[in-house]
Amino acid sequence: MGTLTKLNRREFLKVSAAAGGGLLIGLYLPGCDRRGAESDVGATGTDSSHPAAKVNEASFEPNAWIRIGSDDSVTIVVGSSEMGQGVMTSIPMLVAEELDADWDLVRAEFAPAAKAFTNPIIGQQLTGGSTAIRGFWDICRKAGATGRDMLVAAAAKQWGVEPDTCRTERNTVIHPKSGRKLRYGALADAAAQQPVPQNVFLKEPDEFRIIGKPEPRLDTPLKVNGEAIFGQDVTRPGMLHAAVARCPVFGGKLKSHDDSAAKKVKGVRHVVAIDGGVAVVADTFWAAKKGRDALKIDWDFGPNAKLDDKAIFDQFKQAVDSGADAHKAGDAESALGKAAKKLEAVFEVPYLAHGCMEPMNCTADVRADGCHVWAPTQAQTKTQQTAKKITGLPVEKIKVHTTFLGGGFGRRSEVDFVADAVQLSKAVGKPVKVIWTREDTTQHDFYRPATYNRLAAGLDENGNLVAWQHKIAGPSIMSRVFPNAVKNGIDSTSVEGAANLPYAVPNLHVTYAMVNPGVPVGFWRSVGSSQNAFITECFFDEVAHAAGKDPYELRRSMLKDKPHHLKVLELAASKAGWGKSLPSGHYHGIAVAEAFKSYCAQVAEVSIERGKVRVHRVVCAIDCGTAVNPNTIEAQMESAIVYGLTAALKGEINIKDGRVQQSNFNDYQLLRIDEMPEVEVHIVKSSDHPTGIGEPGTPPIAPAVANAVFAATGKPIRKLPIKI
Amino acid sequence: MVSLVINGTKHEVDVESDTPLLWVLRDNLGLTGTKYGCGIAVCGSCTVHLDGKPIRSCITPVSAAANKQVTTIEGLSPDSSHPVQQAWVSEEVPQCGFCQSGQIMTAAALLANNARPSDGDIDEAMSGNLCRCGTYQRVRRAIKRAAQNMQEG
Repeated sequence: MGTLTKLNRREFLKVSAAAGGGLLIGLYLPGCDRRGAESDVGATGTDSSHPAAKVNEASFEPNAWIRIGSDDSVTIVVGSSEMGQGVMTSIPMLVAEELDADWDLVRAEFAPAAKAFTNPIIGQQLTGGSTAIRGFWDICRKAGATGRDMLVAAAAKQWGVEPDTCRTERNTVIHPKSGRKLRYGALADAAAQQPVPQNVFLKEPDEFRIIGKPEPRLDTPLKVNGEAIFGQDVTRPGMLHAAVARCPVFGGKLKSHDDSAAKKVKGVRHVVAIDGGVAVVADTFWAAKKGRDALKIDWDFGPNAKLDDKAIFDQFKQAVDSGADAHKAGDAESALGKAAKKLEAVFEVPYLAHGCMEPMNCTADVRADGCHVWAPTQAQTKTQQTAKKITGLPVEKIKVHTTFLGGGFGRRSEVDFVADAVQLSKAVGKPVKVIWTREDTTQHDFYRPATYNRLAAGLDENGNLVAWQHKIAGPSIMSRVFPNAVKNGIDSTSVEGAANLPYAVPNLHVTYAMVNPGVPVGFWRSVGSSQNAFITECFFDEVAHAAGKDPYELRRSMLKDKPHHLKVLELAASKAGWGKSLPSGHYHGIAVAEAFKSYCAQVAEVSIERGKVRVHRVVCAIDCGTAVNPNTIEAQMESAIVYGLTAALKGEINIKDGRVQQSNFNDYQLLRIDEMPEVEVHIVKSSDHPTGIGEPGTPPIAPAVANAVFAATGKPIRKLPIKI
Repeated sequence: MVSLVINGTKHEVDVESDTPLLWVLRDNLGLTGTKYGCGIAVCGSCTVHLDGKPIRSCITPVSAAANKQVTTIEGLSPDSSHPVQQAWVSEEVPQCGFCQSGQIMTAAALLANNARPSDGDIDEAMSGNLCRCGTYQRVRRAIKRAAQNMQEG
């Protein structure tokens, strides 16, 4: 039997009848709006006594998580954005498990922006930080269990039996003693009239029949025939298309523009100056782009007009020794002074663009009495707030329609493209779709921070690592995005993966010097860990080399009190055959990292062919707590590895004259299929609370590859992308 | 006016002759399964077939497609029954899915000309199609599965 879980009194569970028949279940968490979420979002609620609770034209209540139709259909409304990570399947799996739904009848739908979908970890409706399953694990299961109980209660009442003599299976309530059965569809109306239970039983892991099974993704059929609607594909009646000319230099401003040539382009309707730049609005995108290219614009390039990579790294170097403490244990400086052997190294990583396959875009329809926004967004709350600010409309008049996202990786947690569309629709009085070109998307990103790192390690006379010092200098993401999260000069995202070095080093000192040179920075898949894992895990291999120890064995010996790290490390090493012979010219590199509460280790098998790094095979071990959908977990590991491999081997954004030098996939190259290693994923069996999946596979790959290159060449890699 | 035959249906479109086929498909004909990814023929998201050959519609002027057979993802099969589409479903290839129309169109063209592609053939044919989600391993598997199914079928 499952575990009895009392519904938290602060959780406000509402159930109502659906217009046209059926049952709606919403779970609303008033305690969640710590940050940002407006209290009036979705306030009409699902209270069936409230006139607004009648199902509106949007066909479902803002707070509804589950809709059971009289036709036996089970619709699960997903408040998280589907950007490839499979959340549109894994969230419904959580609900369907406890609801005892027939998985074949389950469909998923995107939620509007509404308070009910507030991510409890982030405090907004935002998909990021690998938090969807981790954050909604309890909510979704409780909502499902509540629905199940009410369906059982309705059946028991009809049969005149006690509810606890009934059981459920695949959309059916069964009374085993009498052999009676009723389908959920037939019970949905009556279930809506039952009292909402105060407590629900949640299943024990051994009772799961959906969670833990590699379920096919619900969105796959839409993604093989062109049917899936991405932001780029939104079409509205009377819609116009826009392209925006942006100041090439960060922080520059518009001085003046001449649109006479642009307006002569066939199909061009309007030229409008907006916050993002100068927009050309036309009948088609091609006309808008041609019009944009015909604009003559005079920009004030502002204070960054001369900024370049050298100036940026000079600022980092100047600041690196004066950082604030991110972690201090023992006395690293004194231990380094006394060390029998001291190692020192400088590590650098460049700015990186996200490179989502779908360029930035958004569609808006602003009218006097309301505003609709169709966006491939990770950030529904911020999207709604942005539209509210621009239109001046009350928040309940702003409807956010989340489309499929052609990649997110953190880029779509920003709302600059939303502001473009809302401003333009407001200005021209028609629905407007703005599409950024690939060049716009590459050159106006919020980049993964570049950093400069000075490291030192001390070994005692027996070759034991006794001191570790890591000084980081670089820009801060949180100082712009969540300024309150910056404490004592420390942006936690800048030091994650460094300050929490897992190895048992008695004297550890990690500092961070915040330097914001003017290049916008943002969340990039796995954020600080994406670079800090490279730096720490590569420097660790240098330590192992200096101590004359095997890098895997040294890790094991220093992770004795880190069972999760140790488990994935040993699993990856054994599956990869660490220490066993490899084909001639092939070398192994290993790395382990904790990110987003998950633990991941990877072993890369690498050779150097004609001066280039060739990655043949990657063996990955992941511990993400309860594995909800092993199919998507495996896919996310493959994906995170390719993402990190692109950064390790190719990724580099350069700044010159205050602007980004790269523009498109010809000069900002991504890994291609002919460079794809064989990836093998092993998932640690666990019944712990599930943890992150979208990002934790990225941090270990760059150091695993770089360490293999070090093993091959004897020359440490201290800079990305890797150059031989 | 340009005369086009898209997925077997004739269309007359009133566009400038230098307009890329991609934007005519998307904005004039509402066929949004073909994607804009780069605009310079380096990512493959816009791949369609022109008389059976895979082309990058983002750099193909609509005039070059006049009176030729254009096949888009919407026309590859009426019901997702093309062996490549079926293999894509079986191997669970798509993640975000944005590049997948282009991947599928390139793979379908490869198999039409090479019933039993080697790993090297697959890499060569598919290396022009970028996938930022990194579905490449599954793309390889799906192409092999489709090839096998086509032979058996």
